[in-house]
Amino acid sequence: MDLTELIFKTVFLIIIFAVTLVVAMYSTYGERKVAAFMQDRRGPNRAGPFGLLQPLADGLKMFMKEEIIPLTANRSLFIIGPSLAMTTALLTGVVIPWGGTLTIGGREFSLQVADLNIGILYVFAMVSIGVYGIMIGGWASNNKYALLGAIRAASQMISYELAMGMSIIALVLTTGSLSLHDIVSQQHGLHWNIFYQPLGFLIFLTCAFAETNRAPFDLPECETELIGGYHTEYSSMKLGFYLFAEYINMFISSAVIATLYFGGYNMPFIGSIGLSPNIVTLLGTAFFFIKIFGLIFLFMWIRWTLPRFRYDQLMNMGWKGLIPLAMFNIVATGIYYFFTELK
Amino acid sequence: MQTLTNRSKMVSDKKMTFMEWIYLPAIFKGMSITIRHFFGKKATINYPEQKREFSKVYRGQHVLKRDDQGRERCTACGLCAVACPAEAITMRAAERKPGEENLYREEKYAAVYEINMLRCIFCGDCEDACPKEAIFLTDRIVASQYERKPFVYGKDILVEPLDLNLRIDISARQTEAVHQFKLVKRYAHNK
Repeated sequence: MDLTELIFKTVFLIIIFAVTLVVAMYSTYGERKVAAFMQDRRGPNRAGPFGLLQPLADGLKMFMKEEIIPLTANRSLFIIGPSLAMTTALLTGVVIPWGGTLTIGGREFSLQVADLNIGILYVFAMVSIGVYGIMIGGWASNNKYALLGAIRAASQMISYELAMGMSIIALVLTTGSLSLHDIVSQQHGLHWNIFYQPLGFLIFLTCAFAETNRAPFDLPECETELIGGYHTEYSSMKLGFYLFAEYINMFISSAVIATLYFGGYNMPFIGSIGLSPNIVTLLGTAFFFIKIFGLIFLFMWIRWTLPRFRYDQLMNMGWKGLIPLAMFNIVATGIYYFFTELK
Repeated sequence: MQTLTNRSKMVSDKKMTFMEWIYLPAIFKGMSITIRHFFGKKATINYPEQKREFSKVYRGQHVLKRDDQGRERCTACGLCAVACPAEAITMRAAERKPGEENLYREEKYAAVYEINMLRCIFCGDCEDACPKEAIFLTDRIVASQYERKPFVYGKDILVEPLDLNLRIDISARQTEAVHQFKLVKRYAHNK
């Protein structure tokens, strides 16, 4: 890797970082707007035009709040918890291919920070570490509600990670690669994986909701039973980190779903118009973001539609519903490819 | 068992059918409902810019009226304070000095007239009690404050401006029926 590429990667990394934060920030605004619209209200519209400065006001409020660390809490772990949640949430964006290749001054630059050959596994690893942020935070609070929330979060995430991994195995059977870059480039045109793996997509989507602790699987933080769950004792920006990490997770999961099942930055019929490759790349990135925003909207739409599952229902669905279904999906995909490859 | 209304339903704990068990049809149904509301008409009114239309007899912030020549009608008789069920009104009377005839209508006037808006229940009894048609409730809203003190409204807020164009319109509350009612109660001397 020479200097030019290093500089490009660094700049690109910073851009990705900034974009992730801005999108997560405006997801909070979007969430409030979507919630309001679905409840026949208007939502935030006082801070700036259409309330667009509301996220800044919210952030400022979070920073200004008094910071309380309970006397009985484990101080260091109490601080590590939200930091870990935030860090792991931000780390995942590295392997996602945000676009094709840009040609600047005769050199090609890939719009992906790191094309790991085990990209999907990396995503899974980061998501799994994300559980620790919640668990450590809940444990360090030394509060029974926080602990209950943390336990719920841990068991829920572990249960749904299984089904999620299995739905990915079926996907890997069709694509034959673990690299996200390869998976995207195979889905050129309209050969999106959702048409080949509809069942796998449904399973993955359900698990993504559970992994991000979003409704209807938001049991770890359910207000009525656990007074906020794992972040009961948190205040100020440490609480902000937890809430913010949730929105970053939502953005990253949407990006992963768009990459795996909706063709990533592929835009159907764009190659046949005859635009210059750089413009095609940028359009592809824009289209990728449209897909992501659509999926974020889906996340919110579901949240403001469905009531929360009961805990036994959640576990039943994970272990008795989704895992057998995912296994069936693997076997069916395997059999299909076994017989088609034979010919 | 006899039911009180015909809306009651028997609760059952039967096993879910397959379609119910896979949840998806119910989820799509719910999502179609929420998306319809997403594009539907909003119930909220953008308050300070946009105001809901009040009924004609809305009882909001009080006004102390002046007569046509700009003199205060209130004579500090204290009937409103007596009538007030919330004991929100206090006043101190003073005697009109020579040369103040253009300010006060009669020989006695209210030097201090205060309504505690936190106590007021906006019943309108002060208005009914007033023999001089001096106090009226209007369709204005009492503004919110951060502290208690500013809620005690003095004459600076309550008395309407001298300028004829800025007078507070209370014609909606001064209907013919109200006049008749006051006539019966032997208030004719005030006309």
